[in-house]
Amino acid sequence: MALIGPSLAVSAILFVIGVFGVLLRRNAIVLFMCVELMLNAVNLTFVALSTVYGLAGQVFVFFVMTVAAAEAAVGLAIIIAIFRHHKSVDLQNINLLRG
Amino acid sequence: MTLQLFWFFGGIAIAGALLMICFRNPIASAFCLIVTMLALSAIFFMLNAQFIGAVQILVYAGAVMVLFLFVIMLLNVGRGGSDMRRAPVWFVGLILVGILASQLLPLSRYSSERLALEYSHSPLLANPAVVFDTTMNLAGVNPAQATLDRGVPGDIAMPLFQQYLVPFELTSVLLLAAIVGAVVLAKRRI
Repeated sequence: MALIGPSLAVSAILFVIGVFGVLLRRNAIVLFMCVELMLNAVNLTFVALSTVYGLAGQVFVFFVMTVAAAEAAVGLAIIIAIFRHHKSVDLQNINLLRG
Repeated sequence: MTLQLFWFFGGIAIAGALLMICFRNPIASAFCLIVTMLALSAIFFMLNAQFIGAVQILVYAGAVMVLFLFVIMLLNVGRGGSDMRRAPVWFVGLILVGILASQLLPLSRYSSERLALEYSHSPLLANPAVVFDTTMNLAGVNPAQATLDRGVPGDIAMPLFQQYLVPFELTSVLLLAAIVGAVVLAKRRI
């Protein structure tokens, strides 16, 4: 129970680094990795609080992992399709919706 | 001792995450993310979530990151120059992230004493040892005894297959949809 505070601190730092990575990078694959990092940070929060509030938190982590795996599979398939079309994964070159 | 070990692994996780967003090469970024995930898995073990720690290694460091590395290899990206955004975007991002951090970091004061105070609504009773029976969590389960009775996977299997059975089954539909979607999207012509 003593590790809750430090766990939440590490989780907050990792989430913030993930957000900064999403804002900073233009490579779509690295962007996806930053999203995975944010999901991992939230998982750490769930596990830390599950030491007090019961095992439901760990069950949620299980679901988050499933959704993250599905999201990675579909997202990377989309990136492959985009690469085939544009010959690039740089988000600067993908500007079809720009007004 | 536990706290030092925790900060050792926490420091590795944070360093890996920082290196991940700094490396120009996507392969190097992916390996740094693997280091972060392994450190997080160690932290899960320290927080008595052994099953989640093992699944973290298997699913994240194993399956998901192999998928990432495979796609990086397949597309052969990362040969060009830097993909960092330019100065104005960089600066605005730093400000936004600073605001977010100032909101999130106070969570680290969420100690067991504070938790006891919020739970008991009385400063007099705000002693964690009194509010929380140390052998019992808020769900009325003794974690150590439950783990002894059912083993580590059985511990989490109980809520997963009783209380959360329907969401668990729906997860299989989600995974099926993801498989079909990935095949359809990545196929050259349908």
